[in-house]
Amino acid sequence: MADIDLREADPKFIKELAAQPGGEKIVACFTCRTCTASCPISIVNNKFSPYRIIRMALYGLRRQVLERDFIWLCSSCYACQERCPQGVSITEFMTLLKNLAAKEGYAPAGIRAQRDLIKGHGRIYPLDEFDNKKRNKIGLPSLPTTCGVVKELFPEQ
Amino acid sequence: MKYALFLGCTIPARSRNYELSARKVAQELGIELVDVEEFICCGFPVKSSDQESATLLGAYNLALAEKQGLDVCSLCSSCTSALTEVAHELANDKERRAAVNTVLSRLGLNYEGKVKVRHFARILYEEIGREELKKHLKRNLEGLRIANHYGCHYIKPSEIYDNFDQVEDPHTLDELVALTGATVVDYANKKRCCGGPVLPVDEKVALSVAKGKLDDITEAGADAMNLVCPFCSVMYDSNQKSIEAEFERSYKLPVLYLTQILGIAMGFERKELGLNMNVVKTKELLARFYEQEK
Repeated sequence: MADIDLREADPKFIKELAAQPGGEKIVACFTCRTCTASCPISIVNNKFSPYRIIRMALYGLRRQVLERDFIWLCSSCYACQERCPQGVSITEFMTLLKNLAAKEGYAPAGIRAQRDLIKGHGRIYPLDEFDNKKRNKIGLPSLPTTCGVVKELFPEQ
Repeated sequence: MKYALFLGCTIPARSRNYELSARKVAQELGIELVDVEEFICCGFPVKSSDQESATLLGAYNLALAEKQGLDVCSLCSSCTSALTEVAHELANDKERRAAVNTVLSRLGLNYEGKVKVRHFARILYEEIGREELKKHLKRNLEGLRIANHYGCHYIKPSEIYDNFDQVEDPHTLDELVALTGATVVDYANKKRCCGGPVLPVDEKVALSVAKGKLDDITEAGADAMNLVCPFCSVMYDSNQKSIEAEFERSYKLPVLYLTQILGIAMGFERKELGLNMNVVKTKELLARFYEQEK
């Protein structure tokens, strides 16, 4: 990861984050790094570090946080959030960052594909008649192969 | 005892062995599971990119259960946490509920915030109870060494789960498995995530996380793993071969669902529990319990 360049800081970013669910308490972070020490992703990939992401956000490095792919490596396992001595909802904070990034078009292809499948078909693995045959064969009931309600729930899709 | 059965996306398509064995165990214990055909995705997979849609999906499913006057039983840990979170939010926040109901009204639905969401394992632990469960166990699984994987969303975030288990020292699955006579094997990093949610983002990272647990469990000398979530199974069972290829290791570690382990102890046959559908073969591991089949 490149050095942090504070000339690019956007001082309004903290206020933007603090006003939304998940961002309320991040200013309480005192960089103890319990989150990173507890993180199952940090152990296998040092590109991902929760405390560093929080620091970058607090410095106002909006673009550098939202445009980078590393925020998407969070597995939302809650290990950090459960242990944070300052009560920061770190997992919810990561979700907030990912949501902001997605709104600006930075969600990875796999995540976008999941979202489109679900909002378009109601399921991540849409079922067909072949699936129902396999289900019936072992005594499981058939399930609907189409989903009409998503058009009402997500008319913008 | 009656619940609306929430299957989610992964189970009906990829984990029919889990569904089959859970239905058998529920039937044995007198838990009535009602199928609600209209249930769709819980919202978990869209939460990271689109929280609002995730809440709407959760609310829609909860409204369907409420319409039937039923609480929800979920087999998937991620579905359980996504639905529990929305249930909590909407039970306590009138304004959010009103906003969601504006959309749901287009479908003739209205959610009042009454539904409770429970993971199947939690129902077994809290509502059936170990004493009652024990009365239904016929086969002793002595000699089987099981490593329990709690995963994440079965117990976390703890604030939505009324502390029914302890996040830093979980015990409910250990206690349930111990009822069968099997030995519960402790292992390093027991609380670690399967890596599943990262799979659509970076496969190598996700498989590395899962590999760590397979190493720790093998090191501890367990015969098999016990799971309560279909997505953890995608990581450890469906992807075990990919992990072996990627990291040049050999595990051949059978991966069972809690409902399969309890089902074996209840005396059900292999096929009744879908044990023939587990990707890593279980036949050798369970041979001594199914000798008559040879």
